[in-house]
Amino acid sequence: MPVMSYIQAVTTALREEMHRDEKVFVLGEDVGKKGGVFRATDGLYDEFGEHRVLDTPLAESAIAGVGIGAAMYGMRPVAEMQFADFIMPAVNQIISEAAKMRYRSNNDWDAPITIRAPYGGGVHGALYHSQSVESIFANQPGLKIVIPSTPYDVKGLLKAAIRDNDPVLFFEHKRAYRLLKGEVPEDDYVLPIGKADVKREGSDITIITYGLCVHFALQAAEKLAEEGIDAHILDLRTIYPLDQEAIIEAAKKTGKVLLITEDNKEGSIIGEVAAIIAENCLFDLDAPIQRLAGPDIPAMPYAPTMEKYFMVNPDKVEKAMRDLAEF
Amino acid sequence: MSNTRHAELGLSDEKVLDMYRTMLLARKLDERMWLLNRAGKIPFVISCQGQEAAQVGASFALDREIDYVAPYYRDMGVVLAFGMTAKELMLSGFAKAEDPNSGGRQMPGHFGQKKNRILSGSSPVTTQLPHAVGIALAAKMEKKDFVSFVTLGEGSSNQGDFHEGLNFAGVHNLPVITMVENNKYAISVPIEKQIASKTVADRAVSYGMPGVTIDGNDPLAVYEAVKEARERAVNGEGPSLIEAVSYRLTAHSSDDDDRTYRESEEVEEARKKDSIITFAAYLKEVGILTEEVEKEINKSITDIVNEATDYAENAPYAEAESALKYVYEE
Repeated sequence: MPVMSYIQAVTTALREEMHRDEKVFVLGEDVGKKGGVFRATDGLYDEFGEHRVLDTPLAESAIAGVGIGAAMYGMRPVAEMQFADFIMPAVNQIISEAAKMRYRSNNDWDAPITIRAPYGGGVHGALYHSQSVESIFANQPGLKIVIPSTPYDVKGLLKAAIRDNDPVLFFEHKRAYRLLKGEVPEDDYVLPIGKADVKREGSDITIITYGLCVHFALQAAEKLAEEGIDAHILDLRTIYPLDQEAIIEAAKKTGKVLLITEDNKEGSIIGEVAAIIAENCLFDLDAPIQRLAGPDIPAMPYAPTMEKYFMVNPDKVEKAMRDLAEF
Repeated sequence: MSNTRHAELGLSDEKVLDMYRTMLLARKLDERMWLLNRAGKIPFVISCQGQEAAQVGASFALDREIDYVAPYYRDMGVVLAFGMTAKELMLSGFAKAEDPNSGGRQMPGHFGQKKNRILSGSSPVTTQLPHAVGIALAAKMEKKDFVSFVTLGEGSSNQGDFHEGLNFAGVHNLPVITMVENNKYAISVPIEKQIASKTVADRAVSYGMPGVTIDGNDPLAVYEAVKEARERAVNGEGPSLIEAVSYRLTAHSSDDDDRTYRESEEVEEARKKDSIITFAAYLKEVGILTEEVEKEINKSITDIVNEATDYAENAPYAEAESALKYVYEE
């Protein structure tokens, strides 16, 4: 089985989907000749031409809005926001238009667009190249939000997003792009959107997280295993709508739950996960639900000291896991 | 009769009579909705009155079998011309389950009907413009010869989506026709406080497309401009911006009182140019709208409006729990 990086899995999924269905096309800033600022669309311009790998003007609302229009016609646009931080001008198109298209037309129209955006910190990106923006969209019924944690998941979930008949936001951790490598089957597989995935079976504590933090938790779990602490790790994979069943099952399994996000703590996705557990698992809990997240400051500062202070990392995760195990 | 204006544009007598009939139907439906609103039977109306000529003149210049339209909330004339029926519009006014626009989910004026290629619209203005550009992009990618047609008010031409969408269309040379229905007011704010350029059409220069300002009270002038724009679009010559100037004869909506910001003399003056009157006068002058024909049209439209009202009023609402449906594909 070939081993590839997280970003190669993105490119592979795009290429395979463009071969499979000629309605699939890519649009965004610098996605064409350059192949994307992170090179996620590397080689696609040469392979599919300028009409299917479209360099757009620098205007995010148009990237989303034109994509939505094309999707309404029956195309399968994959729009790239150069950084998740720059999605803000497109929020009206995403929330007022894409999310509500099916509902407001009573199922007459739909908007099957996929919007990809690199998110996350730890790359010296400062305030505006580091943010986790998913919570802005994660209370908008009509949208689906996918955040994969491994190259295998990237390929299967991106294909599923492109084939999905509803709009999907697909956030890729930019630090994971080249940091993470893994086996990715050559065959055409899709993974279900809306389903969480157990990344490690364990019996002492439950970690529920997503994105790059899944790896921090896995790393910490290996260390803690040497101390006899057995961690159960649930990767949300789709953070909206949440897989409530899997969350409840994972929480009940150990009765001690740690929720981790790289986002600011306040109002983040894990707050909703905590509410689900509180509503459904009160009598199964042996400890208060714990949250590990970024501090409630506007965004990640540039200087390495402050950036490191903001970021979740394996040490912080290990400590939080140990504290919970010892509760 | 070959020296009439409409014959010179290639329009038959039947066609122009059909235009007039569609304009009048829009007007009469709109007037009925106001009555229903004031009688407490429907919660809201937003009007097409004063803009029927632009809406219908433009629609008749399009290919109503294949073209896509992204109308804005005043475009009753556009959607009627594109196949939506009086009954369907009334169902929307009453928010009934059978309303094809939204099944009673959206306020009236939020049009959408896939079978007639009418894109679904929302309330935040100008969001439909990039959608129309996306439809045009699909036409280009799929090598189809339909065009997309999008409308908005002059106030909405200040939105970022106007700039972003038109620039995109210009850069990629897409078959999209944008018609700004300049009715001189964005709710209460007059054009001079909305737009710094002399005309809305002036803005076209920066998008690399032709921009024309035309008399929106003259359906034949609008027809001519849109027909020309469509020919350019299907010949691969790209997008066009058309500014059709008319006047909003009613308040912004049933919840607005326009006496607080404009003089009634101004409205009365505008009524003299009302296209329903001026186009009827033209059709009489060229001998198409005879007394007999006019009588027949008036009677048939009254019947259609009455029938639509009765049907919609008696039609059922959607089941309350159906509010949960169609968030995602089912």
